[in-house]
Amino acid sequence: MNLIQRTNFEFSARDEDHRSLWQDALIRFRRNRAASASVLVLALIAIYSIFGPTLSGWTTEEIDWSVIGSVETMGKPSGIHYFGTDELGRDLFTRTAIGTRISLIVGLIGALIAVFVGTLYGAIAGYFGGKLDNVMMRFVDVAMSIPYMFVLILMLVVFGRSIVLLFIGIGLVSWLDMARIVRGQTLSIRTREFVENAVVSGVLPFFIILRHIVPNLLGIVIVYATLLVPNIILYESFISFLGLGVQEPNTSLGALISSGSSQMQYGTLWQLAFPLFFFVITLFGFFFAGDGMRDALDPKDRL
Amino acid sequence: MAFYITRRILVAVPTILALIVFSFIIMYLAPGSPFAGERPLPEATLANIEALYGLNRPFYEQVFRYVWNIVVHFDFGPSLVYRDRSVSEIIAQGFPVTLTYGFLSFIVAVSVGVVLGVVAALRQNSWLDYLAVGVSIGAQVLPNFVMAPILVLTFTLWLGWLPGGGWQGGELPYLILPVIALSTSFMASIARITRSSMLEVLNADFIFTVRAKGLPKRRWVLRHALKPAMLPVISYLGPTFVGLITGSVVIDIYFSTGGIGQYFVNAAINRDYSLIMGITILTGTLTVVFNLLVDIAYAWIDPRIRY
Repeated sequence: MNLIQRTNFEFSARDEDHRSLWQDALIRFRRNRAASASVLVLALIAIYSIFGPTLSGWTTEEIDWSVIGSVETMGKPSGIHYFGTDELGRDLFTRTAIGTRISLIVGLIGALIAVFVGTLYGAIAGYFGGKLDNVMMRFVDVAMSIPYMFVLILMLVVFGRSIVLLFIGIGLVSWLDMARIVRGQTLSIRTREFVENAVVSGVLPFFIILRHIVPNLLGIVIVYATLLVPNIILYESFISFLGLGVQEPNTSLGALISSGSSQMQYGTLWQLAFPLFFFVITLFGFFFAGDGMRDALDPKDRL
Repeated sequence: MAFYITRRILVAVPTILALIVFSFIIMYLAPGSPFAGERPLPEATLANIEALYGLNRPFYEQVFRYVWNIVVHFDFGPSLVYRDRSVSEIIAQGFPVTLTYGFLSFIVAVSVGVVLGVVAALRQNSWLDYLAVGVSIGAQVLPNFVMAPILVLTFTLWLGWLPGGGWQGGELPYLILPVIALSTSFMASIARITRSSMLEVLNADFIFTVRAKGLPKRRWVLRHALKPAMLPVISYLGPTFVGLITGSVVIDIYFSTGGIGQYFVNAAINRDYSLIMGITILTGTLTVVFNLLVDIAYAWIDPRIRY
């Protein structure tokens, strides 16, 4: 017992001059100003998306009857409606917050599903190699050469346009890149000594993948997951822009941009401007944060 | 080479067939019937209609007939909403429109993107380089459904220079905004890829050698640097094609051009299964064929690819 405590102490003492991989990464990330600023901006956007509806005092469906009929003049951004109202007199501050929230949730959950499926799939293909790898990756090639957006819309139409299906569907069409990247990494990890060691010790392949390979993939997985989030937000907004995604009274940034752009000839430009602003800022935030993470966690210079 | 092409074709054909069968299975599993109305049809009528469309046949026979009709007769069956027209007729009407501005967007995206990327790489860290990099970063967050309203707002509502929609048989003013809206984000990606791969090539030893030998700039850029620098761009052409064909849906809807995208979305809203399937299969097939061509071009340009 005494011995263990002493070694623990010694280890922690040594930690001070030998930083761990993650600490190193954190330091590199902090040094990247664009990336740190993006994280801050994303945090602010998240706070807005959570507390926005409370701050405005309006709900998504609530209609301000006093502005109806003259939205161009009465529905302007003001002290009552911070971002103005939409053509139906609903508060845009609240709706933009809800839309941002839905977009963020879709992005995060979609990325989570894609990461889960893609990592397991890629790690299994890479670890076992041979025929199984060949078949599995050929399937990925085939699936990649199909315009998945059409297939996704086909599935949404057939199985009903529910938000849950939208989450799952987008996640399920986004894991292909992840699987490829993970497989490539696994191929090089599986030849390392600690994996050989585990094989010799009789660890089952399932546990080797889970305990020895996946933890070593974490860095690259986190990087690509961060870059996946904005892409999934793009997909979702695309589908919602077409009116096939999130349904009323729920909304998303794509749906708000769509309704804003259909109203802009009436001069209610704020209806387009605010959702567009949050859309662009959110995407920029994730792209820069992802780039920063790549530089921090995956120091090999890539372009 | 011939072996490589044959093998790629042998992969492409089953892919297309699998796509057709997959969409059929999805539709087969779909809950509800297209003939279920507010007032239920009499048994006999329903049986007659189902017999007419072959819905009373066993599953495998329906699949086979569906695939057979598409492959042999290019017949996707009748549209379920536009009762008097077949899916093939609708595609024949809408597809030329989509093809016209899609093809133009492809040309614009690739040519402008490559030129921008090459010039930026040749004058690294000049204002032109910064402009190119800035544009390509900005365009990442400006997909077609964001570009389209911004363009219409600027050029139609404020400046009044260009029409904000319509087609008019593809006259030039009606083409400009759709093509810009569709091509910008891909143009930017291609510029970024070209720039980085060109920079890599420019630092290679063989470029150093030909420059030391005193070859004129025009010659070493065009003959020695460009070809290897194009390889990453070529492998990006596949995703570009998919992106353009997907984005055309937004363009068709937003600019009311009358292309297949408009029919696709209407079909999705009205649950016109056969039309959705037809368009999905058509775009899928085009993508697979295009990817096949890209792979062949890649192998042809890069002799290091061994098959």
